[in-house]
Amino acid sequence: MSSLITLFIANILMSNVVLTKFLGMCPLLGVSRKSSDAIGMGLAVIFVIFSSSVLTYLLYYNVLVPLELQYMDLITFILVIAAFVQLVEMILKKYSIGLYKALGIYLPLITTNCVVLYVTLDNIIKGFDFAEMMVYSIAVPTGFMVVLYIFSTIRERLELSKMPEAFKGNPIALVVAALMAAVFTSFAGLF
Amino acid sequence: MKAFGKFLLSLLSENPVFGLYLGICSTLAITTSLDNALGMGISVLAILTVSNIIISAVRNITPDEIRIPVYIVIIATLVKSVELLIKAYAPALDQALGVFIPLIVVNCIILGRAEAFASKNGIGASALDGLTMGLAYTLSLVAMSSIRQILADGILSLNNPFNSQTIFSLPIIPAAYRIAIFKEPIGAFLTFALLAAAVQAIRNWQAKKEVK
Repeated sequence: MSSLITLFIANILMSNVVLTKFLGMCPLLGVSRKSSDAIGMGLAVIFVIFSSSVLTYLLYYNVLVPLELQYMDLITFILVIAAFVQLVEMILKKYSIGLYKALGIYLPLITTNCVVLYVTLDNIIKGFDFAEMMVYSIAVPTGFMVVLYIFSTIRERLELSKMPEAFKGNPIALVVAALMAAVFTSFAGLF
Repeated sequence: MKAFGKFLLSLLSENPVFGLYLGICSTLAITTSLDNALGMGISVLAILTVSNIIISAVRNITPDEIRIPVYIVIIATLVKSVELLIKAYAPALDQALGVFIPLIVVNCIILGRAEAFASKNGIGASALDGLTMGLAYTLSLVAMSSIRQILADGILSLNNPFNSQTIFSLPIIPAAYRIAIFKEPIGAFLTFALLAAAVQAIRNWQAKKEVK
């Protein structure tokens, strides 16, 4: 049990997927202009990652391994993810049109959000059992949401600050990311 | 000479990585050494060119509603082939790049070019587009990894990925003045921010010149 809690906290803080593995940078730079959007996007990503992780995990060990088709993992996983993102998009479109409009182009892009594919592949590479897999696939996107939210609040303030012309927009956001990476690395001493 | 200068400028200001912010996950993650950058760059270049050719060849028989899944399956097949080839012939590269090879599937540059270019243009034009975009991506990786490797390790070196022999190794910065932080995530973000700011400065300068 304690190892599961360690796994959970470690993947939110010290091996944060955005700041140490650099995954999910596109939505970070694109969506993170408003903190309310950041929460919505984060929750959508948690849902997609958790559901597709469970699905791909079961598919891998119950279908691909018995059939000795392990080399089909990439193609199977990406199709499951694409189908899931489509589902989330349809649900949002029906029940939360405001969020749907705000997330706009970035929703279909969850398919190409590297975090989703990364988690499903990593579950297999790291040889997790079912419980570890579930904790891991909630911890990683939660870490993503935490960074996305902090990032968006900082960016809301950056809009009003003065800076050199060349740094406006994404370059200054990357400087912010560098500083956040420095902060998150210091969590390494926690365990 | 002027045309060449124009080409260089467009490579900078329309750069897929530093100008359009596509495929930045892998750019930030694997640019710790020149070896990784070249291996990644050339893999992406090959996959992008072939996927552009295939997608352009099937563009007239692909139903519009399911085009994205079709593209993804084509790209995933190519990426898996490259992954197996790298595992077989360049195990050192496979060790270094790890999970980032399968993650080429979700590199926005590849799907982006499929959607924006290959699905609307002929095979020859799409192949050329794949080559130029892949080259621009490789050059960006090389630029960023050279900066990081020189600052962090003080040397610029290149190893043959197939038999791990050293091709060249240039000591540049003495050991006492190396900045190890550039191997860390912080260094990746900082290097990227500065390069992106430089590209933005060039764009602003170009825009000003056009106004005059």
